Amino acid sequence: MGDFITVSRQEIVDNKWERVLNFFRQRSLWMLYYCTGCGAVELPPTMTSRFDMERFGIGPMATPRQADILLITGYVSAKTLKRIVRSYEQMPDPKYVVGFGSCPVNGGIYWDSYATINYLDKYIPVDLSLTGCMPRPQAVLDGLLTLIQMIDKGEAVGHKKYQLNYEWYKKNQREVLERTAPVLDTGGLK
Amino acid sequence: MMYALNFVLWALAAMAIGLLFMGISRKLTARLQRRYGPPFWQSFIDVIKAFSRKSISHNFIMDLCALMGLAGLLAAAMYVPMGGILPFPSDSPLILILYFMPIGYLGMAVSVSASGNPLASIGIGRALTLMLGYEIPFAIVVMSFISNYGTTNILSIMQAQAGGIENWHIIKMPFGFLASLLALEAMTGKKPFDVMIAPAEIASGPMVELSGKFLGLAFLQYSVAVFVETGLLTALFLGGGATVWEFVLKQFIVYMVLTLFSEIYARYRVEQAVRFLWIYAGGLAVIQLALNMYMK
Ligand code: SF4
Repeated sequence: MGDFITVSRQEIVDNKWERVLNFFRQRSLWMLYYCTGCGAVELPPTMTSRFDMERFGIGPMATPRQADILLITGYVSAKTLKRIVRSYEQMPDPKYVVGFGSCPVNGGIYWDSYATINYLDKYIPVDLSLTGCMPRPQAVLDGLLTLIQMIDKGEAVGHKKYQLNYEWYKKNQREVLERTAPVLDTGGLK
Repeated sequence: MMYALNFVLWALAAMAIGLLFMGISRKLTARLQRRYGPPFWQSFIDVIKAFSRKSISHNFIMDLCALMGLAGLLAAAMYVPMGGILPFPSDSPLILILYFMPIGYLGMAVSVSASGNPLASIGIGRALTLMLGYEIPFAIVVMSFISNYGTTNILSIMQAQAGGIENWHIIKMPFGFLASLLALEAMTGKKPFDVMIAPAEIASGPMVELSGKFLGLAFLQYSVAVFVETGLLTALFLGGGATVWEFVLKQFIVYMVLTLFSEIYARYRVEQAVRFLWIYAGGLAVIQLALNMYMK
């Protein structure tokens, strides 16, 4: 288990071709919502007439294969973490993760719960966190605009971090997922 | 040699026109919902971004047939006379277009079924069932043209409508026009007939497993399909066009009408959609055919 390797911004920005592509990437972001916690209710106003996120080229998408952003709303229970990791690994690069609400940042009010994880950043690389319990649509839009700027500057490199530190992330994930194994004897049935 | 260049230019023009229409229709939808909406070049950005991403291929069939889907529709686009101009000399036979278009759809169907995702298979099943629904009324409309003119060459049909609005087939064959408008709404997958996409039900159906470049190809394919389908309606019923601009403007109006319809209807189930198309579009088409044969 080596040290955590970070990606320097310079590597990304110096690649001229990436910069051209980032220009297009930041203007067309398709989002997959992973809404198992609270907070899904803030997204319809963000999408529809009131706040209209489509004007920035951000739209909802139905499957991980098509999506650029994985938006994780609210607390992440140990069992949903497995699905989140799966969805994340199905997305093609480049991909960005946005944590929504205080719970994915540091556990929020579920800090001492036995069933949730506290720091989402330990299991998948989070590019941007929207704090608040729960963030209003204005905050969501503000966060997405920040993400757009980060992509423009080449700072949203979570997917590269994940590749470089795959072992580190996998070890953390395993620690949690072991806890989700069935406790009752299933009599040999899976 | 000249022809090869023409082909490439024609293909690029067809894609660009289709993408532009898609972008403007998204803007129109947004304005109808009192939103600001994305810029009208959003579809171009989406396609470039889709091609800039990594993509996951499942097998060789998926790659091959995704290209075949685009190729089939581009082949059909080669016979759509944009204002009397064609990339190479031909009479632009309607039958050939109607044969090439399903190659495009079937190519896409094989490509996404090869991915093995069950939702994609459901989507394809729905799309092909719907195809049964709109091909038959459209074929009957084509037959009424044959009974009138004894030919299916689009150029001769366009010439027959020359000389003013009163000669257009939208005036002379109104039932046929309505029937093909309904069929076109289903062909473009607009809202009462968007059962194959249905993001809330089957996670966008055929597109469920398409990532990166495959999604880009699917977008391009849809844009060419929009070009061919609106082009057909323009050439057959709206008098074609003396110039390229006139033709594209008429195509644009047709597509915007389809978008407006799409905004006020909810989704049909697939068997409802097929029944609706057979009864109403088919009925109108048969009336037109009977009228044409009677009046001759
Ligand atoms: S941050 Fe607040 S609203 Fe969001 S999941 Fe946690 S408790 Fe719920």
